[in-house]
Amino acid sequence: MADTREVISSGNHLAALAAADAGCRFMGGYPITPSSEVIEQMSDLLPKRGGSCIQMEDEIAAVAAAIGAGMAGHRTLTATSGPGISLKAENLGLAQMCEVPLVVVNVMRGGPSTGLPTRVSQGDVRQAKNPSHGDYRSITLCAGNLAECYTETVRAFNLADRFMQPVFVLLDETIGHMHGKAILPTEEAVKAAIVPRKQFTGAPSDYHPYECEHDQPAVLNPMFTGYRYHFTGLHHDKNGFPTEEIETCRKLIQRLEDKVMLHTDELELNEEFMLDDMTGEEGEVLIIAYGSVSLAAKESIRHLRAAGIKAGLFRPLTLWPSPEKSIRKYTDMIKNVLCVELNIRQYTEEVERVSSRLDIQGLFKVNGRPISPHEIVSKVKEVF
Amino acid sequence: MAFNYDQYLRLEKMPTLWCWGCGDGVILKAFIRAIEKMGVNQDDVCVVSGIGCSGRFSSYVDFNTVHTTHGRTVAFATGIKMMHPDKIVVCVAGDGDALAIGGNHTIHGARRNIDITLIIINNFIYGLTNSQTSPTTPQGMWTVTQKVGNIDPTFDACALGIASGASFVARETMLDPKKLEKIFVKAMEHRGFSFLDILSNCHINLGRKNKMVSAMDNLNWIDSITMPVKKYNELPEEERLNILPTGILKEDTKVREYCDMYQDIIDAHQGKRSNITQDDFEKKI
Repeated sequence: MADTREVISSGNHLAALAAADAGCRFMGGYPITPSSEVIEQMSDLLPKRGGSCIQMEDEIAAVAAAIGAGMAGHRTLTATSGPGISLKAENLGLAQMCEVPLVVVNVMRGGPSTGLPTRVSQGDVRQAKNPSHGDYRSITLCAGNLAECYTETVRAFNLADRFMQPVFVLLDETIGHMHGKAILPTEEAVKAAIVPRKQFTGAPSDYHPYECEHDQPAVLNPMFTGYRYHFTGLHHDKNGFPTEEIETCRKLIQRLEDKVMLHTDELELNEEFMLDDMTGEEGEVLIIAYGSVSLAAKESIRHLRAAGIKAGLFRPLTLWPSPEKSIRKYTDMIKNVLCVELNIRQYTEEVERVSSRLDIQGLFKVNGRPISPHEIVSKVKEVF
Repeated sequence: MAFNYDQYLRLEKMPTLWCWGCGDGVILKAFIRAIEKMGVNQDDVCVVSGIGCSGRFSSYVDFNTVHTTHGRTVAFATGIKMMHPDKIVVCVAGDGDALAIGGNHTIHGARRNIDITLIIINNFIYGLTNSQTSPTTPQGMWTVTQKVGNIDPTFDACALGIASGASFVARETMLDPKKLEKIFVKAMEHRGFSFLDILSNCHINLGRKNKMVSAMDNLNWIDSITMPVKKYNELPEEERLNILPTGILKEDTKVREYCDMYQDIIDAHQGKRSNITQDDFEKKI
């Protein structure tokens, strides 16, 4: 039996299909351009598979219902765009604090505010890092082609259960509405690779959901199974009850940091396109791009190489936490670095931080239109 | 023999953070007695609370419990209930929680008629944050944000519940714990959205500058503004103005519950029934 399948679909539909295949059984959503196709698709897929998809009264309720289903023990999804994330932010913080797994698909459009609802942008990259107040580490994945709208959403569900927290999947208007062929893993292969969240199987009296190693997530058993505990957004003790005990508070927040930052190897995923022949010699060009922009970047690299300029692309699929070592490996080696983004410096600043270089060049576009390969070629020729 | 609450309480969390003389404890005890009377397993109950004094309700009772964000109880509970239609899901919220910041969720939970019991502990003030105006603070009363007297018109919570489509709407006060227990049983046994406006005292934060500095003063005031609905209905219109009727104000057992209706969606998608049309509903607009 083939372990892949060919489908013709769109990015938003593929994200929905991925969620359903990955075992998602609840979605709380609210209509918003350009993500509405996700809930439209889930409203068919979930009841077919015995799950529930509900259009709530607002973005806040949509994520709250999804988190509720997650607290009850189920794989759960919400999808929206930047303005929706702004509204959902407080409850996303609750999910971080309570350690409730959840996948949030954000199909990015132009911002700030209502911005350019039907146009493309990558303006929510910085927001995805810290949508809500307080200390925690966001896990943010970013799809760069149609197939990845599927595979990254599947990966997000497995990571959410591994790290017990919300995981963002960033699409953008271009890729969400792009329609075409995608080669996907089979549903059976996806199902076989599901790693469900950990569960405690001992006596209820021995169960302490938030008593875990300093770098490990909470172990949250499903509701209604005899393990009665408490969820709260307040600082809490090993059983989830509010506390202000100094050391317990410190340990909790440090653990939220360490459970992610001490395990970034499990999160990192990059594409290195035409970088294998880079040696660090004069004239080489490193392009850093992600999401739909990387499609134009690849095309530009073919043109640049045809014109005798040795260029390559580094593309993170996990944006947060950023792949520090991998970025540094190439920024240490290659002098000419160009970041290409549909925002102003949102990831470039991260590349500057990681590389300790302030001579990173940037091509930024914020008028709601995609970047063309030609624009990247021209920029490379102009600045290097 | 006196009722033993121990089985249902998280005794290690006692004493509560509620002030001396607070009505929240009376309401909590009545709720526990109602659960006992219904004979349901503690594992089959989920209590979801919001933010405020009432928010702490969930941490004191030994069920599956969730302390959520301000005003969002019904939205969180909706996700839980949709995935577990056979379990008892109860929301506990304050007047600010359910009627101000969370008003939208209260309205739409009621409109869907999802089988959630919403207990609004209505003490007419923001208590935990110390005496700010709430949507039920009577006009003319002192609050810390309206020190020369509150001008904001008040919400009639039950009128909102009825208008929003809740199929069970009732009001009781913490003055009569027996009635409270009965209304909790009725509400939780009702299949649909049960909207309960439970009047309680906050002599500390409502009473301190409104001439109700003791719990008894505050309770006497609640007594003076309430009347059983049957008696209320006999009053001439002009005498009803400053009275809140208590008891069951609406009980509709015919209207369908949301999770039950969602099963129709599942069945239609799975080919077990035809698509849902307007003919499935008596009320068409």
